[in-house]
Amino acid sequence: MVLLYAILIGVMFGAAVYLLLRRSIVKLVFGLVLLSQATNLFIFTIGGYEKNNPPLVEKGQLVPTAPYVDPLPQALILTAIVISFGVLAFTMVLMHRAHESIGTDDLHQMRDTDK
Amino acid sequence: MELLYTFLAIFPIAFISPYIVRQKSTWGWTLALVPAAIFILLLRFVTDVSHGHTEILALNWLPTLDISLMLYIDGLSLLFALIISFIGFLIIIYASGYFHHNNYAGRFYMIVLLFMGAMLGVVLAGNLFTMFVFWELTSFTSYLLIGWNHEKEESRWAALQSLIVTGGGGLALFAGLILMRLIVGSFDIADILSQPELIRSHSFYIPVLILVALGAFTKSAQFPFHFWLPGAMAAPTPVSAYLHSATMVKAGIYLLARLNPVLGGTAEWTTVITLVGGLTMVTGAALALPQNDLKKLLAYTTVSALGMITLLIGLGTSLAIKAAMVFLLVHSLYKGSLFMVAGGIDHAAGTRDVRLLSGLGRLLPFTATAGLLAALSMSGLPPFFGFIGKELVYEANLHAPQWVWILTATGLFANAVNVTVAIVVGIRPFWGQKHEKLGHGHEGPLGLWLGPLIAAAAGLLLGLYPAWVAKPLFSPTVSAILAQDYSVKLKLWHGLNTALLLSFLTILVGILLYVVRANFARIQQRLAVLQPIYPSMLFKNGLNKFLFLSDKATRALQNGNLYVYLITIFSVMAAGLWLQVISSYNINVKIDFHDFNFIDLGIVMLMIVATFMAILTRGRLTAVTALGVIGFGVALIYILHGAPDVAITQLVIETLTVVLFVLILYRFPRFTLLSKKSTRMRDASLAVLVGFMMTSLLLMKNSAESLANISPFFVENSVIKAHGHNIVNVILVDFRGIDTLGEITVLSVAALGVYALLKLKMGAKEK
Repeated sequence: MVLLYAILIGVMFGAAVYLLLRRSIVKLVFGLVLLSQATNLFIFTIGGYEKNNPPLVEKGQLVPTAPYVDPLPQALILTAIVISFGVLAFTMVLMHRAHESIGTDDLHQMRDTDK
Repeated sequence: MELLYTFLAIFPIAFISPYIVRQKSTWGWTLALVPAAIFILLLRFVTDVSHGHTEILALNWLPTLDISLMLYIDGLSLLFALIISFIGFLIIIYASGYFHHNNYAGRFYMIVLLFMGAMLGVVLAGNLFTMFVFWELTSFTSYLLIGWNHEKEESRWAALQSLIVTGGGGLALFAGLILMRLIVGSFDIADILSQPELIRSHSFYIPVLILVALGAFTKSAQFPFHFWLPGAMAAPTPVSAYLHSATMVKAGIYLLARLNPVLGGTAEWTTVITLVGGLTMVTGAALALPQNDLKKLLAYTTVSALGMITLLIGLGTSLAIKAAMVFLLVHSLYKGSLFMVAGGIDHAAGTRDVRLLSGLGRLLPFTATAGLLAALSMSGLPPFFGFIGKELVYEANLHAPQWVWILTATGLFANAVNVTVAIVVGIRPFWGQKHEKLGHGHEGPLGLWLGPLIAAAAGLLLGLYPAWVAKPLFSPTVSAILAQDYSVKLKLWHGLNTALLLSFLTILVGILLYVVRANFARIQQRLAVLQPIYPSMLFKNGLNKFLFLSDKATRALQNGNLYVYLITIFSVMAAGLWLQVISSYNINVKIDFHDFNFIDLGIVMLMIVATFMAILTRGRLTAVTALGVIGFGVALIYILHGAPDVAITQLVIETLTVVLFVLILYRFPRFTLLSKKSTRMRDASLAVLVGFMMTSLLLMKNSAESLANISPFFVENSVIKAHGHNIVNVILVDFRGIDTLGEITVLSVAALGVYALLKLKMGAKEK
């Protein structure tokens, strides 16, 4: 099972890198989305996933029923999801504005507008 | 304790001084009360210190972190602090005359007072780290003061040059101090001074010695770093008199003297310090001869004098240390005075060129008196204090354990040049016929001649009554440097001995050099072919080359091309991961199917297909759909593996993302193939490499253990301490609540940014 997820995460990272290296700004943003998904999954997987109980404490108990999933990676991922959405929303609007003003989605051409 | 509080008060007073001076420009002299108060408070310690006590005044600042401000007062720091406050007092009075009717005088007082506080901090600090902070502050204030006439490029360059040289030395010193702390385990001077054997026998001794010496040499303008000091003459004269002759340039000497008990006494120390000091002494003296500018003449002899003191400290015999300290006080008095005299001449005659200056004595009677007295002390004539200083230097040279002849000969040369320069600067401008090009100058305001007169008179007074300072001041100073009791006796008359003969010879050679002085300019011109290897030129060219290279490097690295940045980042990342995977080679690819199920397999297969679709498709909405599949797939994985909260968030966010994409992307053109095939292949191989590395990393099972230390705390305390049953939520809103607050802030800022960008559209001109 580790192998299965390891391969998936590797594929996602690879795809993200490939997309980030494209000249189209849209693909760049896609790459960004994929990169954060892959990272979240990565953190989730190293946190251990064999124990399937969610980290919830039953009424009247002090600790969750073992075996339970490590809650810490989940808290980290939750934060990461929300933050990356904020970044994504901003990037998309920025991309939209850039496209509107410059009239291209090619990053190489955008670079030349500096001069 | 009054001393400590007064010392601390200097800094706020410095900052309000511009307001005081703005009320009435002639009120500048009132600020002289600050150094006067310090001086008087310091005098109260003389009796105690002369009995061999070391006073430590401590002000607890952050007691819990064991940080306190400590003043360490022994003979050495007392001598320096007295010089700093005494000359500082004179300088402020002098400045009130010098900056008469100057609109920027307030700024000057502020920086000078800041400098004074910092300089007192350097010599009084009981902790080497505190000392270092003040040390840097003196470099910084010196930079501001050298660049005082900031409209002139020459001033700005001189300021920058001094900052780079002394700041670079400061970095070396800092490294040296940290190494010393590693040896001793403390920055406190008292602790360090108590461990001489430990430091001298430690394997870090040589690095510490070199680094500390670099700091001292750059600060005290030792060869080959001497060139910044003549450049610093671009500063106003009060600054040259105070920082660049009497005090700041002696900080390096203070440091060497302070650390002599723990670093000194070895063959390495003696060789390095003596050699550099000697070279500096001779170079400074030789370079002084062809100069025609009053301040440059004084600057090069200052370099020479600093070299002489350094050399004496390097010799390390009790005679040499005694001579060094006495000469230090002698030099501060006459050199400070002569600089102020030069400023007075400049003020009255409008020039500092010695070829134009003569016959000013009648116009400037008080300045002339000060100049004469200081020049006689500088020449080392009895009954001036300078005579005692010079006799001691010769005595130390004659009794040196080695190199007696060369020490005596070079010392004779340096002292003879002092005589020559004393005549040129302090005496000649006032005698003879007035040069026709000089205007009708007159004596400046009281402040302009009172300061130099007091300093020069002190040189005469101490020559007549050396006992005033011998036992109370110099005995504890020399004892502190040698780390053993030593009693200093100073007398004007030592009887007919070799030193007296040498003194006589010095005067003769000095006068001879004065007579043939005109030739030195010609010799200097012939030597101009050597200019490229002058340290100052090497520094300038080196700096220019460095700037040129950094410019090139910046253009190459910060080229504005995102593609290049990303390629670099991912290549480094792949290489780093590869190193990590190789170095801990324990990938256990257990293909066990005990927890295998088809739901997982199905989801993973679907997501991989979607990923490839997202890469390969040319339709925008197809790509968005593929991304959506991946996002919901991730949510499914979260649900299946016990993370309901994460899954819910992921679902919500994913839906929003898809909506946002569709809204924005439908305006964009279809994807076209922008890159060449070779580029795509290269990117693809890098992508495969990074992906493969991430897979390998994940297969290294030991990664999870780092979290295992922290997680149990949250699990165990969630109900007990936070009364929450959903541990993930408890972590987010309770244990790590501040993080979540930060997250909200990020979101708000992003929302503001989005709003602003959308609003911008309304008034956009570029449409």
